[in-house]
Amino acid sequence: MQRRDFLQLAGAGALTVPMFGRPMAGWNGALTPIATADKKLLADTALAAARGAGATYADVRIGRYLNQFIQSRERKIQGVTNTESFGCGVRVIANGTWGFAATNDVSVDGIARAARQAVAIAKADARLQTEPVKLAAQSGQGEKSWKTPMEKSGFDVPLQEKADLLLATADAALTNGADYVNALIFLVNEQKYFASTDGSYIDQDVHRIWPTFTVTAVDQTSGKFETRDSFSSPMGMGWEYMSARPAGKVVTPAGATVYGTYYDMVEDARNAAKEARAKHTAKSVEAGKWDVVLDPSHLWLTIHESVGHPLELDRVLGYEANYAGTSFATLDKWRSGSFKYGSENVTLVADKTQPHALGSVGWDDEGVPTKRWDLVTKGTLKNYQAIRDQVHVLGQNESHGCCYADSWSSVQFQRMPNVSLEPGTAPVTPEQLVSGVEKGIYIVGDGSYSIDQQRYNFQFGGQLFYEIANGKITGMLKDVAYQSNTQEFWNACTALCDRRDYRLGGSFFDGKGQPGQVSAVSHGAVTTRFNGVNVINTARRI
Amino acid sequence: MSFGMTETQARELMQRVLRLSKADACEVNLNGNAGGNVRYARNTVSTAGAQEDVQMVIQSNFGKRSGTVTLNEFTDESLQRAVARSEELARLAPEDPEFMGPMEQQQYMKTTSWFQPTAGLTAEQRARAAEASIQAAKSKDCTAAGFWQDNDSFAAMANSKGLFAWDKSTGVNFSVTVRTNDGTGSGYVTRDENDVSKLDAAAASRIATEKAVASKEARAIEPGKYTVILEPEASVELIQNMAFNMGARGADEGRSFLSKPGGGTKLGEKLFDERLTITSDPGNAEVPTAAWTGDGRALKPMTWIDKGVVKNLFYSRYWAREKNVEATPAPSNLIMAGGTGSLEDLIRDTRRGILVTRTWYIRTVDPQTLLYTGLTRDGTFYVENGRIKHAVKNFRFNESPVIMLNNIDALAKPVRIRGNLIPPMRLRDFTFTSLSDAV
Repeated sequence: MQRRDFLQLAGAGALTVPMFGRPMAGWNGALTPIATADKKLLADTALAAARGAGATYADVRIGRYLNQFIQSRERKIQGVTNTESFGCGVRVIANGTWGFAATNDVSVDGIARAARQAVAIAKADARLQTEPVKLAAQSGQGEKSWKTPMEKSGFDVPLQEKADLLLATADAALTNGADYVNALIFLVNEQKYFASTDGSYIDQDVHRIWPTFTVTAVDQTSGKFETRDSFSSPMGMGWEYMSARPAGKVVTPAGATVYGTYYDMVEDARNAAKEARAKHTAKSVEAGKWDVVLDPSHLWLTIHESVGHPLELDRVLGYEANYAGTSFATLDKWRSGSFKYGSENVTLVADKTQPHALGSVGWDDEGVPTKRWDLVTKGTLKNYQAIRDQVHVLGQNESHGCCYADSWSSVQFQRMPNVSLEPGTAPVTPEQLVSGVEKGIYIVGDGSYSIDQQRYNFQFGGQLFYEIANGKITGMLKDVAYQSNTQEFWNACTALCDRRDYRLGGSFFDGKGQPGQVSAVSHGAVTTRFNGVNVINTARRI
Repeated sequence: MSFGMTETQARELMQRVLRLSKADACEVNLNGNAGGNVRYARNTVSTAGAQEDVQMVIQSNFGKRSGTVTLNEFTDESLQRAVARSEELARLAPEDPEFMGPMEQQQYMKTTSWFQPTAGLTAEQRARAAEASIQAAKSKDCTAAGFWQDNDSFAAMANSKGLFAWDKSTGVNFSVTVRTNDGTGSGYVTRDENDVSKLDAAAASRIATEKAVASKEARAIEPGKYTVILEPEASVELIQNMAFNMGARGADEGRSFLSKPGGGTKLGEKLFDERLTITSDPGNAEVPTAAWTGDGRALKPMTWIDKGVVKNLFYSRYWAREKNVEATPAPSNLIMAGGTGSLEDLIRDTRRGILVTRTWYIRTVDPQTLLYTGLTRDGTFYVENGRIKHAVKNFRFNESPVIMLNNIDALAKPVRIRGNLIPPMRLRDFTFTSLSDAV
C-alpha cells in the first residue's frame, strides 16, 4: 500500500492499527523522507482540527531531524552514530493564548489529536492571559521550498572517508607533540515542513557540518597539561568545507593558521599539537590593562554573548527573565535613538540569508521570509531581533524572520539570527593592525566564556595568546582572560581590518528557553582591536 | 490518553529488534517521555505545551566494529531498516580496540522514583500553579517569570546476551524569578521533586518574592576575597563539575585535577577539608534515580570523598579492564554530608560575609586547577553580626571547588537541589574578581 492510500484510508477512519499509538500498516516512513504531498495532507488535517477546536491561528511543523556523529580518540574510531527523529508539533492561538502539542504519532489521527490538545492547553491558560497575542500580518507564501546551498552533503560521503580523515587528524596530532586527541565529525540535516492557516506550505532541507577536535599535551614532570581546540567552525555547508582548499587558509601575524570557508583538519591538528606543546613554556601574563587584537576565530563568541543575546527582544521584554535573563539594552535606550552601543567603527548586522552561515534559511519557523537588518549602525543602537508576536512592541509591522524550534517536539520562539560585525571600510591587514599596537595581546580561538544575565559583565579566554610589544609579536602568553563591560568594550573598538579578512565563527549549541532548546548560529568578523581592556591572570595552585 | 509502555511491552519491542539482528551482538535502549509544561513571564502565561516521544537506540557490532542508530518509529519496517543500517555502519566502521561489547545480566537495586500524582498532572493543574506563583509576585508589586515542567518517563535496555533493565520515573521541576517592578531587585527559587505532592509552588514563589524585595538598593562593595554563605543553588553546579571530573582515565593520563606530577593520581590523598564527604546512592528516598546506567552497569551506593580524602574514581568498562579494577560508573546523584542547622543558623553565626543565593553562567577557565568563572545572581547580600544588612551588587567570581572545599567554615543540613543533596555552606576566602551591574 502506498503511503498516500494509507493516509486517505486513515483519514476516513477506516484503518489505524495502534501500536503504542503508532500506525502499523502501510508505513514507509522509517529512515526515508516522506513525500511533500503527504506532508501537506497531514498538515491540512492538523490545521483543520485546530480551527475546528477553536483556534484563530495554527501552524504545524512536520520534521525529520537527522544527525551523524563519528568520534575518535587517538587512533581509534570510537563511535559511529546515526540519529533520526520524526514527528510533528502543532502551535495554535486560542482565546488570545498560545498552546502547543507535539507527538511522534504522525498519522492523521495523531496529528489531529495533537492539534486539539494544543487548543485545550491554550484554553486552560487563557484565563491567566493579560496580554493577548498580537501577530504581525504575514502573507501566505503558497508552496515553497529551500535547501542549504552546498556542493555535496556530508551524509553522502562514505563512512570510510570520514573515518580516514579522523585517523589522519589523530596521526598528525600524535606525531607532532600531542599525547591525546579527541575528534568529532558532526553532521546535521533538518528536513522540516511548515504549514500555517495563513496559507503557507514550506519545505526546507537544512544542512550543517562541524568537524572539531581537542589535542592535549602533557608534561609528566611538572604534572601540567595544555590543550588546544581546533580552529574549525561549524558551518551551514556540505562536505566541501572539509576540502582544505587553499582559499580557506589564513596565516595570522602571530604565525597561527586559521580558516575561512574551507578547512584543513589534518594541517590544523599538526599545528594544534605543536602549539599545545609550546604553551607549556609560554610566559604567564601580567594582569592589567592591555590592548587586545582579536582574531575572528575568537571574536565571534564575544559578539554572540555581548551583542547577539542582549538584542533579543524577548529578553528585553522579560520573557527570558527566569532562565537566560533580561538585557541592559532596554527599550528606553533604543527609543532615545542615540544610545552608543559602541564606537563609530562598530556596525553590527543581523542576517538570516548570509551564505555558509548556520542560521541561514529561506523562511523561519513561522513562515516569514528571511532577511538582513542593522542592529547597531556606526555605534548607535538601531533595532532588535523580533518575531511575529513581538514586533508590534517596536511599532514595526513586519517580523524579522528569526523564529526557530530545535525539534518537531519544541515550540518555536525568537532565536538569534546570524549577527556579525561589519568590516572596516579602509584597507587594513591584520599585520598593519598589529603594527600600531604598543602593548597588546593577540588572541586566536575561542576559550572560556561567561557573561551576566543582563549582559554587562563578561569574561573570555581563548586558545592562543601572543604578546605584542611596539607593533611586533614577541612570543606566546598563557593564563590569559579578559573581563569587561559590554558598552565599555564596544566603545573601545578602535580599529578593524577590511573585508578581505572576514570570516565566520559559530556554535551548534546556543541555549535558550524553557524547556531548553539549542540553536545553531554564525557570527562574522574581521581582526579587530580594542583598547585598554582589563586582563586577569588565571593561574592557580590547588 | 495513557502514555507509555509497560515493562512487558518494552521488553517485547526490544526483543523484536534483537530477533532481527544478524550481528555478532546487539544492544537496544528505549527511552520514553511524556511531559507537560507551562511557562509564564510578565505576570502572564507565555507558552505552554505537551510532548510525548519514545526513542530507541540500536547498537550492532561485528567483533570490535560497531554502529549505532536511533529512531522513534517502531513499525516492523522501521525496525528492520534501523537494524540493517546499524549493521551496515558497524561493517563500515574501523575496529575500535576499546569496544567492550554487551554485558550479561546484572543485578540491580530496586529504586522508586515514579509517583502517580506527578504522572497524572493536567494542563489545568499546571495553570493553577502558575497562577498562584504570579499572585505571590503581584501582591508585592513584583513581576514573575517562571517555568513548570513535569514528566512521566521510562527507560529500558536489552541486549543479545540476555541483559534486561527497566526503570520508570516521574519528575517535576519548578523555578521562578521574581523582579521588583522598578527593576532594581530580583529573587529566584528552584525546586525539583519526583513526587509533585512535595512541591509547593506558591510557597516557593513567596520566597523568591521576598528575595526580590530584599535585594533592592544593592550597594557596590569592592571585589576581593570574602567569607561567603552559599545556598545550595549557588554551589551545586561547582560541586557537580568537580564530580564530573573525577574520572579515573583522565587522572591516569595526566590530564585531570587529580593527576600527580611524575605520574599517578591523587586517589587516597586528602585534598579537601575533613568535613567534606560526598557519596551517591540511587536508592536514596529523597533523591532517587534509576539503578542502572545507559550501558547496563549497576549503580550502587558509593563514597567518592570521605572526610576530605579522594576514595573512588569512576571508570569506563574499558579503562577498568585495563587497570584490572571494578568498572565503577559515574554517580547518578551527589549526596554531600552536612550539619544539622539551617541556612538561617549559618547566617546568625556569621560575623561578616556575603550571602550568595544563586550563581550563573559557570564555565571552566582552567581544567588543571578546576578554576571556574561565573556570577552571582538574583539576590546577593551583605551579612554582618548574624544579620542580613543590605543587598550588594552582583559579583563575578573566579574560584576552584577544590580550593573552596578546603575553606569550609560551617555546613548546614543538606537539601534537595537538582536531584542532589547539598548543604548550605559557609566558606572562607571565596574569590570575587569584578562587579556586575546586572540585576
